[in-house]
Amino acid sequence: MINYSDFLNKEVAAIKPSGIRRFFDIASEMDDVISLSIGEPDFSTPYHIREAGIDALEQGKTWYSPNRGFMELRNEISHWFSRKYQVDYDPSTEVLVSVGGSEAIDLCLRTLVNPGDEVLIVVPSFVCYIPMTELAMGIPVPVQTTAEDNFRLTAENLRRHITPKSKVLVFPFPNNPTGAVMRREHLEEIAAVVKEHNLMVLSDELYSELTYGDEPHTTIASLPGMKERTIVINGFSKAYAMTGWRLGFAVGPEPIITHMTKVHQYAIMSAPTMAQYAAVEALRNGDKDIVYMRDQYDLRRRLLVDTLNQLGLTCFEPEGAFYVFPDIRSTGLTSEEFCEKLLYSQHVAVIPGNAFGDCGEGFVRIAYANSLENVKEALRRIKVFLDTLEK
Amino acid sequence: MTTSNVTASDRKLLDLLADDAKLTAAQLAAMLNTTEEAVAARIAEFEADGIIRGYQAIVDWERVDANKSMALIQLQVVPEPEQGFDKLAHRIMQLDQVEGVYLMSGGYDLTVVVQGESMRDIALFVARRLSTLDGVRATMTHFILSRYKDRNVIYHDEAVRETRSYVFDD
Repeated sequence: MINYSDFLNKEVAAIKPSGIRRFFDIASEMDDVISLSIGEPDFSTPYHIREAGIDALEQGKTWYSPNRGFMELRNEISHWFSRKYQVDYDPSTEVLVSVGGSEAIDLCLRTLVNPGDEVLIVVPSFVCYIPMTELAMGIPVPVQTTAEDNFRLTAENLRRHITPKSKVLVFPFPNNPTGAVMRREHLEEIAAVVKEHNLMVLSDELYSELTYGDEPHTTIASLPGMKERTIVINGFSKAYAMTGWRLGFAVGPEPIITHMTKVHQYAIMSAPTMAQYAAVEALRNGDKDIVYMRDQYDLRRRLLVDTLNQLGLTCFEPEGAFYVFPDIRSTGLTSEEFCEKLLYSQHVAVIPGNAFGDCGEGFVRIAYANSLENVKEALRRIKVFLDTLEK
Repeated sequence: MTTSNVTASDRKLLDLLADDAKLTAAQLAAMLNTTEEAVAARIAEFEADGIIRGYQAIVDWERVDANKSMALIQLQVVPEPEQGFDKLAHRIMQLDQVEGVYLMSGGYDLTVVVQGESMRDIALFVARRLSTLDGVRATMTHFILSRYKDRNVIYHDEAVRETRSYVFDD
């Protein structure tokens, strides 16, 4: 008998599998579940973008691309940054096309982290940062944000977690799961601390295009002195509803991108070719699609926030991404109990807040990347659920 | 109310209602960042002015009655002096089976949308009621055999139902 645990890497073996899986297993058994759990746009990729992918296949463009991605796409990414954020990146040395934003996060952490380095990670946040830091032998240092601060990172909070070993700040805004955004004035105080303590920022801006209100997203890289200390990670999944195409990118200082490219080259080779052609079309002609989808999300967001607050599940107004993060402590249930009971009794799937860090306990994440009709029906069911709890 | 009085937020309100007339004033107010009273008042104005013409359910009649049929009938018409096509269009409108009457560009002048109990029912209606009208020179009947998408609603969508997989969190 082989004892496989002798063969397993200790870091990998120690990673906790997601505790949420069982919810999906339960949900997949039911046929009338409304799932407000998935962090994926309900829109299909706009047709003109799909067409560009189809054309690429039809013309037989089925080979590898250069490791960094096609120059045509890197040029468009560079233009996009200049146009949207007034930050200029050299497409030949400062842009890397990756397999989704996720790969870029992994590349970036592996490229920066030495064993024992501390990585400051804003939580609650996307679930991958902590395990990926651990795989890179770094020490994750969660920096908890709170509802009182509208789930924003404050300079004071950040300072409290900095030690001489701190090296990287994982900075995920607009935030999954809270929907919090960092406006320019909030970024300024963080930038000051980052420079003071000589940190490097991994800014995960996958949800940048889903920022609501009059003021668009601001990248921390656009602040004075921050371009040289920031690796911005973005992608096509959320902005252009292109999750299945698996395409993202990183832009940042040349020396870091060069070393990330080596890791990418050996692990992945290159991102999917037809997806890159579709992405060129998205960046060139997809602005109106972003506006349309954002407007739709915005309507659902307002309806959810307004109704949940009326139902007594207080939520601060999320200004980004497609999540609301209501406080469910008034029900007397834990996050997991709430989600489980809601799923069993009303067939509505949402995610317990503690899946995104212990400080998410007492909250649930509701994704409104679902049709208005489903959002309405889910809200009706949540009301019934809360009414029965009271009895 | 002329069209110039319709503001950008009115357009949003109308878009939402055109998509789902069952949204309540409270839901609309939340989405449009205004008050329930303001929404209700605006809708009442649109109704009074005829910008909102009515509210109807979209019924998949083929599942209620498999024989039920619908056809587009193109008519070539001799226009009347002074009144053009209006007089005949008004006569056709009165017929119960007629769902819609449109003045068209192109080779035919009027298009009439007709609902019937069966294809035969519609064919007889055309032969007896439409082609015999004064001024109708020719008719061409096109039966709708299957409806893929109608008024922005997708039919026969069983195969394309939710296929998104349950990917943990992203």
